[in-house]
Amino acid sequence: MPYKHYILICSGTACESSRSREIHDHFMKEIKDHQLENDVQVVKTGCFGFCEQGPIVKVLPDNAFYVRLKPEDVREIIEENIIKGRMVKRLLYNPKDDKGRHPMTDVANIDFYQKQFRIVLRNCGVIDPEKIDEYIARDGYKALEKVLFEMTPDQVIEEVTKSGLRGRGGAGFPTGMKWSFTKKAPSDIKYIVCNADEGDPGAYMDRSTLEGDPHSILEAMTIAGYAVNANKGFIYIRAEYPLAIERLNIAIAQARDYGLLGENLLGSSFSFDIEIRLGAGAFVCGEETALLASLEGERGMPRPRPPFPAVKGLWGKPTVINNVETWANIPVIILRGAAWFAKIGTEKSKGTKVFALTGKINNSGLIEVPMGTTLREIIFDIGGGIKDGKQFKAAQTGGPSGGVIPAQFLDTPIDYDNLIAIGSMMGSGGMIVMDEDDCIVDITKFYLQFSVDESCGKCAPCRIGGYQLLHLLEKITNGNGSMDHLDKLSRISQAMQKASLCGLGQTASNPVLSTMKYFTEEYTEHIQNHKCRAHKCSHLLKFDILIEKCIKCGLCAKACPVGAISGDREKGYLIDHTKCIKCGLCFERCKFKAITRG
Amino acid sequence: MSKLTLDDLRKMRESLKIDMDKRDSQQDTRIVVGMGTCGIAAGAKKTLNAFIDELNKRNLKNIAVKQTGCMGNCNVEPTVEIFMPDMPTTLYGNVTEDTARKIIQKHIIDKALLDDHIQDKPSIDIVKH
Ligand SMILES: Cc1cc2nc3c(=O)[nH]c(=O)nc-3n(C[C@H](O)[C@H](O)[C@H](O)COP(=O)(O)O)c2cc1C
Ligand code: SF4
Repeated sequence: MPYKHYILICSGTACESSRSREIHDHFMKEIKDHQLENDVQVVKTGCFGFCEQGPIVKVLPDNAFYVRLKPEDVREIIEENIIKGRMVKRLLYNPKDDKGRHPMTDVANIDFYQKQFRIVLRNCGVIDPEKIDEYIARDGYKALEKVLFEMTPDQVIEEVTKSGLRGRGGAGFPTGMKWSFTKKAPSDIKYIVCNADEGDPGAYMDRSTLEGDPHSILEAMTIAGYAVNANKGFIYIRAEYPLAIERLNIAIAQARDYGLLGENLLGSSFSFDIEIRLGAGAFVCGEETALLASLEGERGMPRPRPPFPAVKGLWGKPTVINNVETWANIPVIILRGAAWFAKIGTEKSKGTKVFALTGKINNSGLIEVPMGTTLREIIFDIGGGIKDGKQFKAAQTGGPSGGVIPAQFLDTPIDYDNLIAIGSMMGSGGMIVMDEDDCIVDITKFYLQFSVDESCGKCAPCRIGGYQLLHLLEKITNGNGSMDHLDKLSRISQAMQKASLCGLGQTASNPVLSTMKYFTEEYTEHIQNHKCRAHKCSHLLKFDILIEKCIKCGLCAKACPVGAISGDREKGYLIDHTKCIKCGLCFERCKFKAITRG
Repeated sequence: MSKLTLDDLRKMRESLKIDMDKRDSQQDTRIVVGMGTCGIAAGAKKTLNAFIDELNKRNLKNIAVKQTGCMGNCNVEPTVEIFMPDMPTTLYGNVTEDTARKIIQKHIIDKALLDDHIQDKPSIDIVKH
């Protein structure tokens, strides 16, 4: 016989430290006292997020979500919720004013505490992506039905325009407007392209969407084809995504089989087909003009814009190119209507954004939140806070083209415009969380190295400028920096922004400018004091033995891989700084904290 | 399959929906394994096979083992969701082969939840609401 109730007690590290064990014991005792052992099971669970509101308890099947519980609240939950079936309102999570970002808070029976809202990921983790029938059963291809038989192409474009949807590939250009340019461009051949190149380090939103819900992309591209009068679509995807490619291939074959791709879709006069093209994984090929060049079989190098692809794109024909996540929104906008969609988010950024949350965060993963959600909600409510209880330092968004968001902006609502205003950008949705152990100069160097490696070399500002920036950052982290390097860094950065041909070069210096602005102190510390507070820049480290703490055990000398520690158990030990390679092994090995790291 | 007309597609969706509702009213038991790249990298294929193997060993019939895409809980992959009559739908994380076998015993057979592995579903389903 199954239990009547389940009491789920969050046992994530944060909740554990805020007395969740004690609460657990209280529940066990109350259950025994009330002789409920056969009716109620108490279960320890993984982290629910919301760690700042812990300890957290959820009661099933009622779905009551209790926060900030104290041991003395336990009896009330048992007597009221479990025995009488009445939730204890006083202890339930109280949804803060979400400023209208969330259109569903007025729907009955939903889990109010949930900060996520899934439009793009609506089918991911729900359907079997290799079965078209499961997609169809969840209103799949219903939007296509609607446009083909109930809407004119202009109405489709107007709906997308009114929804306020902006491109999720980085720049945030209004999607409806882009489509209307292509619609108006006179040409008998037009193309639809899906940008699935996803090159930002740490980003995998597009991969997961394609793997979890490939038909939504096919349906959306077909809808755009109808709207702008194109009959052919291409999905440009990196060859490093074999599973996504396999599932797309299966999906395309199934859609063709059902007549949802091909000639005269569903008996209408409209025909549309889609092909997959594999990219070799160069970051610059995500830039739309380079992508089109690569599709044409040319070397993947950007072209000057204008002309924009919307009017002169693939093989010189008008081409709509959108990002995977942008596409995934389209069927929902058509089915639910622009007005529904436009209710979600902030004034100028509508809908949701998917982020790949990684770095020093407890619950890393893929999340989708309404635009306007704050960084604090993302990191602490959804992400479960910083690993090992460390201090939040900054979050990096926008990948190599973006910047850092320091702690003072934790409560800024995240949307396109706010991120630009604080010197970062939305980018495609990678979000890397850093803590006190991350060196800001070192991180900047990492992103710059990425851009330098990925620069196609076509134009000088990017090719030479990027290299020079990297060189200066290396000097600073090696202890050879001087204060006038800071000025040089910002001058080169600005020149690159203005003079580079494509987005890669124009934005490659953003990480430099953003970190210099918010973490000036750390740059000066590196230069003037030869100090890296995160102990990441190994050239600036110096290890020494504290004689008063040393017990002359000799472990450090054994640990040193290059024999830089000399001495014996009588005289004690000494580190030879000329031999030391700053690996830090002795520091880790010493149990008596007798080695200093400076 | 011959090409669908508008009517065919609508009829097909209706009947698929009825099937799905039946399934969701939990008359069947379903084990759904997250098989995105992240899940597979964390061992989801082994987990899936362990479920099938354990069901076979115990001669348990009428339980479907299915795959789906990434559910987003990358820090606790592989993730598995269990749908069955009389039990709350449950999402488990860190489901190794070993845990998979425990889930069959404890959740499916004993009808109790397993400690330490339950995760929260991240959001409501907009298709249904
Ligand atoms: C260097 C560089 C890399 C880019 N990489 C991608 C990418 O991987 N995926 C993507 O969708 N857009 C990428 N973009 C943006 C595209 O150029 C283009 O703006 C986007 O595909 C338009 O689609 P959207 O309007 O739906 O965002 C990149 C841009 C630059 C400058
Ligand atoms: S900015 Fe960089 S990536 Fe873009 S065209 Fe110039 S060299 Fe190539």
